Amino acid sequence: MSIKDQVIAIIAEQAMLEPGDIAMDNTLEDIGIDSLGLVEAIFAIEEGFDINVPFNANDPTASDFDISTIASIVAAVEKLIAEQAA
Amino acid sequence: MNRVVITGAGTINPLGADVPATFAAMQEGRCGIGPLEIKDVARLSIQIGGQIKGYDEADHFNRQQIALYDRFTQFTLLAAREAIGQSGLTFTGELADHSGVVLGTSGGGLNTQDENYRAVYEAGKNRVHPFIVPKLMNNAAASHVSMEWNLRGPSFTVATACASSNHAMGQAFNMVRCGMAKVMVTGGSEAMLCFGGIKAWEGLRVMSRDACRPFCATRNGMVQGEGAGVFVFEDYAHAKARGAEILCEVAGFAMSSDASDIVMPSKQGAARAIAGAIKDAQLPKETVGYINAHGTGTAANDKTECAAVADVFGAHADRLMMSSTKSMHGHLIGGTGAVELLACIMALKDGIIAPTIGYQEPDPECALDVVPNVARDADVEVALSNAFAFGGLNAVLALRKA
Repeated sequence: MSIKDQVIAIIAEQAMLEPGDIAMDNTLEDIGIDSLGLVEAIFAIEEGFDINVPFNANDPTASDFDISTIASIVAAVEKLIAEQAA
Repeated sequence: MNRVVITGAGTINPLGADVPATFAAMQEGRCGIGPLEIKDVARLSIQIGGQIKGYDEADHFNRQQIALYDRFTQFTLLAAREAIGQSGLTFTGELADHSGVVLGTSGGGLNTQDENYRAVYEAGKNRVHPFIVPKLMNNAAASHVSMEWNLRGPSFTVATACASSNHAMGQAFNMVRCGMAKVMVTGGSEAMLCFGGIKAWEGLRVMSRDACRPFCATRNGMVQGEGAGVFVFEDYAHAKARGAEILCEVAGFAMSSDASDIVMPSKQGAARAIAGAIKDAQLPKETVGYINAHGTGTAANDKTECAAVADVFGAHADRLMMSSTKSMHGHLIGGTGAVELLACIMALKDGIIAPTIGYQEPDPECALDVVPNVARDADVEVALSNAFAFGGLNAVLALRKA
């Protein structure tokens, strides 16, 4: 499974949707993921890829982990995997 | 209904090992938050806290006592000694039977749990010390206070996360007010600064890595602390008859439940508790001069709390002062309301308002007088102490000058 498909699977599970129901330009709000759901999804991403995601719920924009859309989350995860493998 | 007054106060917390030292630190605006000195700190992403430094349990307790007293119980007993000592009370006969202990804690003997899980899971040991259960139980502190001081009336422990101490003190207040008890020893304690206690909080992603800056635009989360605050709540007539020094009066208390979300705060729930405490005290809201805020330094709490205060007080919200001493001692979770009550007593008794330190720039969503960085002299008639817990459980106390 690609990184993209894995991230979508994690987010779909959190949103209680099928992966096919999630579009890359969806926001988290579009698919009904609130701040608690986001924190859980980030935990699942960290566990699934064995990476650390720098994210503080008090200030979501402080890190460059961009959560604005599904596409931006996939890109951020790909970047972290590349960085943290190096 | 009986009037209720406070005739003794005691504490140990990151700002000081007793009440005078804590008042001095609050006046100076000193920060008790620093690097954590605990086992496996390198594996934590949050490495700061309001830890009580230079503390050696062997200075205060013997070997047999230490086998039974978790750190949270030790803090409670030290604070209770100061509070009951100041009150000048001794508990015998009738008075002992009509005096009790209600304390708040959230984690109870969490250090004891952490150490013994390590022993059986990490070190693979198959045996633990025989007193682990009586050492870790949440009511251990209340029971040991009752034993040390012969308090034989109603005694129990309250656990409502970050509001535990305020709920406990509210119970104590109402028990004395309605005549169920003459004297109640009350407050709360927390000792959660161990690897497991911090790791669990890290998971929520609401913790700051650098400082607790309540109400500040640059705030980025909460910082944990540890310690205890204990008070003697006494029937006014009883205190007056024996000529006791009265620190202040406990005038009202209210609690509410948001009934909405397990972690996100609610403006309506907070406002109902604040308004309820003022109503219970039968005081005009314009008499409130100071609020010790819950003020955790998270994005969500601080703006919700300011909005609730603005709703309750209207135009008067701009005339009162509201500070968060968590900026100095951190968030003592189940013990926090007890240590924060000290700031209310200092305001009422000494006319000094503890500041919100670390304040850098205003947040338009927290546009109240938060007493930034420097303590202030002010004559305050009535003070409130707010506590809003995870789970949406809110508890607010109203105190009045003696």
